[in-house]
Amino acid sequence: MRVPLSWLREYVDLPADESARAVGDALVRAGLEVETVESFGRDVEGPVLVGHVLAIDEFEASNGKTIRYCQVDVDEPQPRGIVCGATNFEVGDKVVVSLPGATLAGGFAITARKTYGHVSDGMICSVRELGIGNEHSGILVLDADAPVGAAAMENLGLRDDVLDIAVTPDRGYCFSVRGIAREAATAYDVAFHDPADVGRPAEVGRPAGAGNLVTPRPARLDDPTGCDRFVLCAVEGFDPNVRSPLSMRLRLMLAGMRPVSLAVDITNYLMLELGQPLHAYDADKLAGDVVVRRAAPGERFETLDHVVRTLEPADLLITDASGPIGLAGTMGGLLTEIDESSSNALIEAAHFGPVAVARMSRRHKLASEASRRFERGVDPELPPRAAARAAELLCEFGGGKVTGMSEADLGRAPVTITIAADHPDRVAGASYGRAVVVERLRQTGCSVSEDGGRLVVVPPSWRPDLTDPNDLAEEVIRLEGYDTVPSVLPRAPIGRGLTESQRSRRLVGRTLAGAGYVEVLNYPFVAPSVWDVLGAEPDDVRRHELRLANPMSEEEPLLRTSLLPGLFGAARRNLSRGTAEIALYEIGSVYLPTAGGHLTPPRLGVDRRPTNDELDQLLRALPDQPLHLAVVLAGERERPGWWGNGRAAQWSDAVDAIRVVATALRVEVSVAHASVAPWHPGRCAAISLGGTVIGHAGELHPRVVTELELPDRSCAAEIDLSALLDHAGGQVQAAPLSLFPVATQDVALVVSADVPAADVEAALRAGAGELLESVRLFDVYTGDQIEAGRRSLAYALRFRAPDRTLTADEATAAREAAVAEAARRVGAVLRA
Amino acid sequence: MSAPNSNYDPVEVTALHADEVEQFRDAALEAISAATDLDQLRVVRTAHAGDRSPLALANREIGALPPQAKAEAGRRVGQARAAITAALQQREVELLAERDARILVDETVDVTLPWDRLPRGARHPLTTLQERIADVFVAMGYEVAEGPEVEAEWLNFDALNLDPDHPARTMQDTFWVESPESGVVLRTQTSPVQIRAMLTREPPIYIVCPGRTFRTDDLDATHTPVFHQVEGLVVDEGITMAHLKGTLDAFVGAMFGAGITSRIRPAYFPFTEPSAEVDLQCFVCGGASVGDPDNPCRTCNSEGWIEWGGCGVVNPRVLVACGIDPDRYSGFAFGIGIERTLMFRHDVRDMRDMVEGDVRFTLPFGTEI
Repeated sequence: MRVPLSWLREYVDLPADESARAVGDALVRAGLEVETVESFGRDVEGPVLVGHVLAIDEFEASNGKTIRYCQVDVDEPQPRGIVCGATNFEVGDKVVVSLPGATLAGGFAITARKTYGHVSDGMICSVRELGIGNEHSGILVLDADAPVGAAAMENLGLRDDVLDIAVTPDRGYCFSVRGIAREAATAYDVAFHDPADVGRPAEVGRPAGAGNLVTPRPARLDDPTGCDRFVLCAVEGFDPNVRSPLSMRLRLMLAGMRPVSLAVDITNYLMLELGQPLHAYDADKLAGDVVVRRAAPGERFETLDHVVRTLEPADLLITDASGPIGLAGTMGGLLTEIDESSSNALIEAAHFGPVAVARMSRRHKLASEASRRFERGVDPELPPRAAARAAELLCEFGGGKVTGMSEADLGRAPVTITIAADHPDRVAGASYGRAVVVERLRQTGCSVSEDGGRLVVVPPSWRPDLTDPNDLAEEVIRLEGYDTVPSVLPRAPIGRGLTESQRSRRLVGRTLAGAGYVEVLNYPFVAPSVWDVLGAEPDDVRRHELRLANPMSEEEPLLRTSLLPGLFGAARRNLSRGTAEIALYEIGSVYLPTAGGHLTPPRLGVDRRPTNDELDQLLRALPDQPLHLAVVLAGERERPGWWGNGRAAQWSDAVDAIRVVATALRVEVSVAHASVAPWHPGRCAAISLGGTVIGHAGELHPRVVTELELPDRSCAAEIDLSALLDHAGGQVQAAPLSLFPVATQDVALVVSADVPAADVEAALRAGAGELLESVRLFDVYTGDQIEAGRRSLAYALRFRAPDRTLTADEATAAREAAVAEAARRVGAVLRA
Repeated sequence: MSAPNSNYDPVEVTALHADEVEQFRDAALEAISAATDLDQLRVVRTAHAGDRSPLALANREIGALPPQAKAEAGRRVGQARAAITAALQQREVELLAERDARILVDETVDVTLPWDRLPRGARHPLTTLQERIADVFVAMGYEVAEGPEVEAEWLNFDALNLDPDHPARTMQDTFWVESPESGVVLRTQTSPVQIRAMLTREPPIYIVCPGRTFRTDDLDATHTPVFHQVEGLVVDEGITMAHLKGTLDAFVGAMFGAGITSRIRPAYFPFTEPSAEVDLQCFVCGGASVGDPDNPCRTCNSEGWIEWGGCGVVNPRVLVACGIDPDRYSGFAFGIGIERTLMFRHDVRDMRDMVEGDVRFTLPFGTEI
């Protein structure tokens, strides 16, 4: 809501020398969001005068433009010759003329200069040049009685300040000069003059009683839930060509609206001033009674914006005998609008329900100045006053005559809120006292009566947002100032700190960062093609994704079931920006639809806690959302340098990333060969936890790498971190340390090349018995000295007893037992 | 070996002549002074002071001497051995000093050679900032509560006093999962976590809820459709706005330095009543830049205060929907944006840097913030 300060001053007795910024600050303290305070016309200086156009010589310039050479009287002995490119003024019009020496908006200096074959001795000014609007609506034509030769800026109100205020949904009344003036009056503790109290035309009597209709056109309310008050006022015989008064046009422009025609300008002006949206129909285009009703299925209607809309039964319409003539409180119809020849108007002022308008506005994606106000609640006492004032202004400026007024009013149930007098004190934690509470509530327009220790409060008609005791508390605290609330730190009970899972998650991140990985946080949106690109099987479960109804991009409407697509994107972005060594990780949710397909949660009320069954149903409709952990690696894992060669990242780095994390969490995972997209079928490890596969790691499939434009041999890993976290944090039982010497024995075992090293190691461990302290594979050999199809695995076995120094024979016996078990399980043969 | 000397040598040995002892001693002293490095000295030590050196052997024979010769021989051999030991010690000190002065200098390397063989890692500052904020509250006794990102509409809106036609629902541009009628959304705020907490915990409740949230804003320098919040919730007996203010002041002080305070301004949120916006006193200029055009402050735009988040007294209707007796309990809640906090706390100019995963942005933040 943009409010010119001059407009505000009309209804509230602000101190004369108070700056716009100071007024803005006072409103901020009262709880309004003043976004900007702008000055208009203040940088226009020098001789800027009211001119009278005496003659116009119009010709076509060589560049094809229509140019006017005008004689303009500025109350000097001789008229001035001025060249002008605009054509929206006539001989006899009053205009603003800037003479040489003047400076216009934006520092534009005026000089006498030769142009289009004439010396232009000044300039006829547009709205934009005067700095009061951004529109190219041509020359600003003044009222006919503007005094020729007078200083225009000072005398015509061309200088003003505008407060731009963001109106929160609970403060519908602040969508008006009326509402903001009331707040300003309270903030300054000065008198407020309610613009809604400005009188109406004497010849129109307000009908008494609901539904008692008078001429010219009856109105009927068919749906009391959508509209409970509807006023029509007829004005006949106004001049359609008369221009709205300058002051009205200026205020409309400063408020951000475009002047259109007198009838339309008046409805807009009063909407801004009072907060009551109005609509003016061309009375000659209407037929029969006006009825407010819901739409018939399939009914169609063309709105003012030239869009033909298909209506739904919930749409609330203004209709006449021909069908719809308006979407209630949202937008009027094209066929019945006021045009440049309309001289008979029917003015509508109604009270529409917030829900009806909000739904319709949303359904038709049609937010208008009117719908914004009705959604937030309009004062139901305004329609007859606003309609009457509109008619009055149309008569005053357009020369019409009010010929009738009708009203249908179903009435509204009064709202009464009873609170303890100290309720605001207890909400704030401050001591205002009963007198202050009562006074502040009265300032908001509430009527307050005292009933023992309680206050019975009836909010004013313009405050439909005041329904609960805390609403009243907020009014009191707000008007007293939030800065009067003391600062007291509450004493929380002793907490339990972070949960095991929360601590573990931090540990995972720190571990990976310590291992050289950089965390990224990708958007969870993915493209439908992603699993084709990654080479997944048609029945891959990861293809089963949730879809957003309104994605940011139609290209990526799905919610991820894997972190890999996002990580690949981040890797590519880093590569393209010149980072060659990629080691990234992400920890984030994936979204796995429930097995039975999408469930719709029950619609629950809010007047009580849902039962546990209802809550279960609600939560069951949500997808499983485990945390995943993924890494991607490309380029060098160790850099070359003065110390020697580097080492490219390889499949084992990806597996190790998972192992490092598992170790940090004290969880034992096992690794086995697997063949899963998007990994290289020969270089993919399945990571298991207690027999369940929780993820994969390894080198990416060469086709995927090519498709994704990643470096050759890029690697990745992804696991279900939630599964890992579930097992994390087991308590370590410390083993006693043996202080006896270790006996080390090396064995080289030759096995078939397809025997996994993990199996060989498991056999050695099983066979070596409890003297074994550790097994470490220190060499893998294939080549001339080994039969084709076989390989040699060299292990260092360390033996130690808890209670004695092992003899050489004991260590050898243990080694031999280990080798024998390896021979039995995997056909291992000691290397000759 | 504390047993008595049982291998008494019955063969009578020749007593050491005084000059023999002196010869041994002199030879040893000469060899000691001739040693030019610590390795040579080690050899000399073995030869002249070791177990099998002449004087050590001579010492062993003393026991076999006739009693009248024992004392004299013992004295002479003892003195000689003491002289050798002293010389060895002195020479060792000299040679050590020499090694330190010469040899270690020869081994000098250029320690400014870079060693970037292994990559450095980092955690994302949005992650670490959330943790840091959570830690402030955990230290006050709060617990960290979490919830899912794909959330029930009822938990994200209805229970927070945003009925289906509430204008505030259009303020928050919601991602709908599957369809706008599905009842399932990407949460627009972390507030549903508060609802979950109130539905499942008994007051007193003191929690913070960090997490990722979603709204249909286009990505630009100051907006991202996927962003992070931290919210706090307290529900207890006798909780007031004053407690909210005290908590915000403590929070601000912990995050931005002691003495920095907060300010609340009236605002509107359906889930709180009264509601407020939270401003943070500028932690860079402390407000000194206000009205001082010569020393502008970029962090607060010379306004002295930085808009930070929203807060308020929990709307009693929200308590009712969660089964908490509003006549007995009251509460406060607050929420701040992590991206925005990171921007002004660390002078990040463009929110896209937080989104795109460029390691050049993340690495300088290290693993803690």
